[in-house]
Amino acid sequence: MPSDPFTPGMAAGRLSREDIAANFADLHPPLDHHAALVAADRCYFCHDAPCMDACPTTIDIPLFIRQIATGTPEAAAKTILSQNILGGMCARVCPTETLCEEVCVRETAEGKPVIIGQLQRYATDALMAKGAHPFRRDAETGRKVAVVGAGPAGLACAHRLALKGHAVTLFDARAKGGGLNEFGIAAYKAPGQFAQAELDWVLGIGGIKVNYGQRLGDGLTLAGLQKDHDAVFLGIGLAGVNRLEIEGAARDGVEDAVDWIARMRQSPDKTDIAVGRNVVVIGGGMTAVDAAVQAKLLGADNVTIAYRRDRAAMPASPFEQDLAASKGVRLLFNMAPKAITADGIVLARTEARNGKLVETGETVTLPADQVLKAIGQTLAGAPEGLTIEGGKIAVDAAGRTSIDGVWAGGDCALGGEDLTVTAVAEGRDAAEDIHKRLTA
Amino acid sequence: MADLTTTFIGIKSPNPFWLASAPPTDKEYNVRRAFEAGWGGVVWKTLGEAGPPIVNVNGPRYGAIWGADRRLLGLNNIELITDRPLEVNLEEITRVKKDYPDRAVVVSLMVPCEEGPWRDIVRKVEDTGADGVELNFGCPHGMAERGMGSAVGQVPEYIQMVTEWVKKYSDLPCIVKLTPNITNILYPAEAAMRGGADAVSLINTINSITSVNLDTFAPEPTIDGVGAHGGYCGPAVKPIALNMVAEIARNPATAGLPISGIGGVTTWRDAAEFIALGAGNVQVCTAAMTYGFKIVQEMISGLSQWMDEHGHESVESIVGRSVPKVKNWQDLNLNYVTKAVIDQSACIKCGRCFAACEDTSHQAITMSDDRVFEVDDAECVACNLCVNVCPVDNCITMKELGQGEVDPRTGQKVAPYANWTTHPNNPAAKAAE
Repeated sequence: MPSDPFTPGMAAGRLSREDIAANFADLHPPLDHHAALVAADRCYFCHDAPCMDACPTTIDIPLFIRQIATGTPEAAAKTILSQNILGGMCARVCPTETLCEEVCVRETAEGKPVIIGQLQRYATDALMAKGAHPFRRDAETGRKVAVVGAGPAGLACAHRLALKGHAVTLFDARAKGGGLNEFGIAAYKAPGQFAQAELDWVLGIGGIKVNYGQRLGDGLTLAGLQKDHDAVFLGIGLAGVNRLEIEGAARDGVEDAVDWIARMRQSPDKTDIAVGRNVVVIGGGMTAVDAAVQAKLLGADNVTIAYRRDRAAMPASPFEQDLAASKGVRLLFNMAPKAITADGIVLARTEARNGKLVETGETVTLPADQVLKAIGQTLAGAPEGLTIEGGKIAVDAAGRTSIDGVWAGGDCALGGEDLTVTAVAEGRDAAEDIHKRLTA
Repeated sequence: MADLTTTFIGIKSPNPFWLASAPPTDKEYNVRRAFEAGWGGVVWKTLGEAGPPIVNVNGPRYGAIWGADRRLLGLNNIELITDRPLEVNLEEITRVKKDYPDRAVVVSLMVPCEEGPWRDIVRKVEDTGADGVELNFGCPHGMAERGMGSAVGQVPEYIQMVTEWVKKYSDLPCIVKLTPNITNILYPAEAAMRGGADAVSLINTINSITSVNLDTFAPEPTIDGVGAHGGYCGPAVKPIALNMVAEIARNPATAGLPISGIGGVTTWRDAAEFIALGAGNVQVCTAAMTYGFKIVQEMISGLSQWMDEHGHESVESIVGRSVPKVKNWQDLNLNYVTKAVIDQSACIKCGRCFAACEDTSHQAITMSDDRVFEVDDAECVACNLCVNVCPVDNCITMKELGQGEVDPRTGQKVAPYANWTTHPNNPAAKAAE
């Protein structure tokens, strides 16, 4: 008998293949030509535009929107990609509501920003649909750089270095590249295998050799890389997770959200991904929302996010919170996990006292066939000898680590938010610094 | 409620909104629909001579200019005068006028520049019971190549001559429709007046190419790979029309000559502006062609509301109200000093005022690190560009300095009225009294 949302326990295929496909379609369908022109016309072409400053990659947003408005989306794409080679993915996954669109003067004026993210997608899609790469690689310099991690930071770094004529070897621990774009972000934000398509397109610049399935510390050493290359960039992300130290944390059905999402992302139609009838997600960040929403989209009957602090402290943006609520996810605040038992998950009510979070003594037990832990990722597998600060690889403004000749960027490196777009900026800027060093 | 009825050169209509001579008034079917929708009158699409009818192109007749949401801003046409037999039009005009005695039915005419054809056609129109005639001296395309339309309208002597013929053979009220494709609208207007015209109507369409297709390099609208200039109309031409109407209204020789205002009238507000500048009524075409006849309902309700709110009891009472306020540049007060003022609470910090002033004007707006934009009165010449480029209504306004106040730009106190005619820099200045 096929399962449905009410099937007890864990079950795959709670919804039909068609319903799951529909649920995981584009969160924002692409703009058509006319809609793009209308949206572009709303841009005021601000002087020294605030949106540019708010973009971690400093894309010239007014210029690219004007290029769309005048019928040259390919030129718009080049404006975008010259600053952010993963502009296509960022157009899909950037929390624009807390970046460019938050400071759009239209937001100030009427509470409705120019839809910069969707316009960026319109432009980059137009260019990528032509299959052309807008940049030409400089003549080979004969210098070699190792880039470890084929996520957003590593890809941006590798592309910029290749562009400058350096020979790049790109390593990744997994069997394919893309990093969180491929394994992490919510499926409905980049459907249609976009992460792989973009990866292939980025590699189209040439001069980048990929070595997948090679992990630092597992046959690959920093010393070895340094010996064979003129520079090394580390974009290894946050491969570890915070441990949930409560009773029952090892029970069946308890899993790290990032692992569950990664498995789901790799499933072609997701009908084989088991999800609980009653799902509780622990945490309050983007990963918690992504896990909860996707559990709901797979047909879970009840999905709850339990966050230990209040709504104002929740790292997931109001947009993400509303998205979760609109899909039927229940958001619980001031609820800290205490134990996982056969009856479900025990949550302790909390409150802030003198700036400290304390438990009130009251507890609630929610039925939970599946508990997804989304309480933060941690640096893991960083090479010995690097200075670590605040759990991350210490870097200066140019991305240089404490070891000469080694740069780092993205989530693994100190500074900036853990966002795709920030990782791209850091990878790109480190590449520029490496280039400066190699050509000095 | 305000009284919208008008009597224009003796022709009564329930409101001042007429449909101009154009495709919307080419047939009985359309005109009946227009009257049912509430239009006060029509100028029937231009009739030509009896005989083989005019032919039109069988490709596009129109080209357009659009805003971002394909809002039609300007329309260009290469359609000629009616391409239906004269007799059919005359029969339809007769029937329609009989069924709508309270509406204005004026018939537009264009025949060769000879006395006989004009005599014949006006007599035929008289038999229809129509209220008047409008002489089409304006069409800039096609017919002009055959010595008609704007080819006549560009020669004041011809205007006068034809108008005299029409007045000689008919007692019908006669409107002369003027082309804007001339250097000075007063010459044709005065010629029409000399010829005995009861009124002028303007503007007809402006010579134009709407765009060039950059794949084929052909102008739009394109007929079989090439194009010919057409006549431009719609909202884009309104400022040009307003000026020409005002020029005639304030010209001593033509002052008091009734004017039917035409050119981009799209809303009640446009109509009120034409009337204030001296038009006794307005004619509409592009707005109807864009949105259909129903728009007249907004024009009627809007004009009524505005008149009620301002105590204007009749259309007549607002005709020409702005005319005394239209002056020559030399009459403007050079001692009228204003400064731009930015309302910081309304400012959305787009910086367009700064870019405009800094790059293209007088460097009179400063920008702080946190995007506060302020006017430097010592540099501001009050050009108004910042007001014009600001996307927020009333965020930037111009504040007048009172007499005796010091203008920080010049260091001089604001003096009483004085204009260029007495300015010391004017070599032709008359000595101040």
